[in-house]
Amino acid sequence: MSPDSPPETARARPRRSRAAILAERALEAVIRLSGVSAILFVAAIFFFVLREAAPVLVKDQFSLAQFLFSTEWYPTSAQNVRYGTFALTVGTLSVTALAMLLAVPFGLGAAVYLSEFCPPRVRETLKIVIELLSAIPSVVWGFIGLTVMSRLIVQTTGAPVGVNLLNGGIILALMSVPVIVSIGEDALKAVPDSFREAGMALGATRWQLVYRVLLPAARNGLLAAVLLGVGRAVGETMAVLMATGHAVHIPTGLLDSVRTLTANIAAELGEAPAGSDHYRVLFLTGTLLFLITFAVNLTADFVVRGVRRR
Amino acid sequence: MAIAPAPATGRFARTAHVARKERAELVARAVTAAMAAAMVLPLLLIVGHLVWLAWPSLGLGFILDAPSRGMTDGGIWPAFVGTLYLVGISLLVSTPVGVLAAVYLNEYARDNWFNRVVNLAVINLAGVPSIVHALFGLGAFVYAARFGYSILSASLTLAIMTLPVIIASTREALASVPMAFREACWNVGASRWQTIRAVVLPNSISGILTGVILQVSRAAGETAPVMFTGAVFYKSVERGNLFPYALTDQCMALSMHLYTLATQVPNVKESLPYATAVVLLGSVLLVNATAIGLRVFLRGRKKW
Amino acid sequence: MSAAFVKRIEVRELRVAYGSKEVIHGISFDVYQNEILAVIGPAQSGKSSMLRVLNRTIDFAASAHWSGTVRVDGEDVRRARDVYALRRKIGMVAPLPVGLPLTIYDNVAFAPRASGLDDEHQLDQLVERCLRQAALWDEVKDRLSSLGTALSGGQQQRLTIARALSHQPEILCLDEFSIAIDPVTTMRIEDVLKELRRDMTIVLVTNLTQQARRLSDRTMFLWDGELVELDRTEVIFSSAARSQRTRDYVAGVFG
Repeated sequence: MSPDSPPETARARPRRSRAAILAERALEAVIRLSGVSAILFVAAIFFFVLREAAPVLVKDQFSLAQFLFSTEWYPTSAQNVRYGTFALTVGTLSVTALAMLLAVPFGLGAAVYLSEFCPPRVRETLKIVIELLSAIPSVVWGFIGLTVMSRLIVQTTGAPVGVNLLNGGIILALMSVPVIVSIGEDALKAVPDSFREAGMALGATRWQLVYRVLLPAARNGLLAAVLLGVGRAVGETMAVLMATGHAVHIPTGLLDSVRTLTANIAAELGEAPAGSDHYRVLFLTGTLLFLITFAVNLTADFVVRGVRRR
Repeated sequence: MAIAPAPATGRFARTAHVARKERAELVARAVTAAMAAAMVLPLLLIVGHLVWLAWPSLGLGFILDAPSRGMTDGGIWPAFVGTLYLVGISLLVSTPVGVLAAVYLNEYARDNWFNRVVNLAVINLAGVPSIVHALFGLGAFVYAARFGYSILSASLTLAIMTLPVIIASTREALASVPMAFREACWNVGASRWQTIRAVVLPNSISGILTGVILQVSRAAGETAPVMFTGAVFYKSVERGNLFPYALTDQCMALSMHLYTLATQVPNVKESLPYATAVVLLGSVLLVNATAIGLRVFLRGRKKW
Repeated sequence: MSAAFVKRIEVRELRVAYGSKEVIHGISFDVYQNEILAVIGPAQSGKSSMLRVLNRTIDFAASAHWSGTVRVDGEDVRRARDVYALRRKIGMVAPLPVGLPLTIYDNVAFAPRASGLDDEHQLDQLVERCLRQAALWDEVKDRLSSLGTALSGGQQQRLTIARALSHQPEILCLDEFSIAIDPVTTMRIEDVLKELRRDMTIVLVTNLTQQARRLSDRTMFLWDGELVELDRTEVIFSSAARSQRTRDYVAGVFG
């Protein structure tokens, strides 16, 4: 027998039927198609929003600088139409900043408690509670802001109206805390036990371990937690729509009424005729929001990657 | 892990320094526990308050009845069944596409820069604001695809909203199956799909299911994406009718109904919006609790 | 010693690299019918990579690429018409024992079912035959429907061998099969291999030089991706080995 031709195999192995092989190929084609189309749908979000906004960008009367930096938002004015979103941006930033001011210390404190001080049974329960907390729909939060929180604010501060920056800030804080806690706790748990053991061997108490060893070690993950909380706050629509009032101006105090970029779109989209400039500018605002939240989430993602690589 | 307090005498006796350290420890424990409680307690109080004010209206009749007297009284049935439609149809679309897409990305796609970008995009698109989803639905389904304001447009908008998260959570479930199992299957001449069907999918089904169930509650709770694509202020539906809507109809939605009652209907009976909030909140929490329960139950039945 | 010098595997100028790092630098050798060829050498010598080229599972390693010719029964593996048939012709046993998360029965029946065999009676016979050949039947015959992952390490490794036998391979490759199992099971598996060599050709990659000495007809010494020496086992393990490095490695001077 020549060494270059396959020897006769006495072993006859079973072989798959043609039908089975073809069926599998078809299924794999469907899988590939799903993969590709999912990617397309996801890119489509940005494309379609930009598509509706684009025509207004090239109009003579429209100025991108005015859009971004003017505080005068008069889209329905008969003589002098102005599309300045700066006041709205400040509205978004102020509500988010207030929310983070409240949520970050409480969120990180709760994360530390959950990760380091909490007895195991309580931890399981608390984690479930936090997960349920983060599932509460934003319209329910908005409703709470409009009713419960508003009454509370009026009673304690004597303000004439309860829907304002303070209300929105507190509601957003309550909404963002679960995100900060769960991701913060993940970050602290990811610090290897060897760090804790080394600290204890040197005589450190639990608390000393936390602020000297664990918080610095988990720095990246905690930063990511905060960033994701910010992302959630910036993108929130219904809750702020119902809790912050309707004034489009730069707030001067906690009890001022404000409006955010998100709430503005929701409030006016129903009234703007399809294809009109007003309509297109609202879509442009949506594009702006998309870019902001995408950037925040991407940053958080990169920061977290730094944690995982360790 | 508790640290034993220092003894009174001897080499390791309690000095002033040690006492200070231990006091600081107790303070820290108390403060952080208080912070955790501060997160949970206000919410319990708020929910209690909501239920208290909703009480006069709560009951099975409330869910099954249609709104009456110009929406100032009655029940929420059209909105409730509308939400069932919207959530059902949207998940019917996004679950198969999302799961298969995740299978492709995790099991078939080569690990090159393009796929890493795709992965990044999918994860980050889960964080897009809901109003932007509403704008997308308006631009793509209502106008470009010419579906108009309809359940179809609203459901598809919700489907695109839930798709990235279903892909991400399915991928996580698939990735939790160890590579060694796949290699063992390839070594005996099994194809990728045979491996997936015999070993990978059956062992990730629990994670996949949990991820899908969590998106059910998210789809039920969102307002903006349906408000501008197919949900409306009012639709006449008889009590308890399970099939009142066609795909091309507009519908009421529970989330939007809450917004409507809270902001657009004057003279509404006081307990009505509270009861609506309680039903919405209760449904969402029930679905999530089911997902969590499922996850805990299946974790105990792990096969390796 | 094999009577018919039929070449089953022919490797010429094989180079394997992961990304820019080359791990095998051009090796050439043959494997003959019914022999046991041992491949010895320190860790990171490229032994596992070489096996993975044989059954083309190196395709699944993202950054891997290889050059050279590998023929199995004269057929170029790179251009194999049916790569799954190739993988069924070659049985592979990995270093770490793996019981699939299926019943023991399904573990062994997996490969034949995947090739289209669904006759229950034939499957029953095949499962029993393979488990007997792998010296596992007596321990599991009463619990064939329990999970494969619940077995001990030594049992899982024998289960892997049973799985490898289930598709009737003509060439059996074992990649350091004993590193994660106890010595008693190792000896039992070595007895199994002595039985199997009557029907198939065996390539045994091992870090236990004494195992190579016990079992193999010829031994190949791979060091840092280079084929240092390939000869009859008696020669490699004696002072007649041509390379000083071989004599040093075999004597345990370095490992």
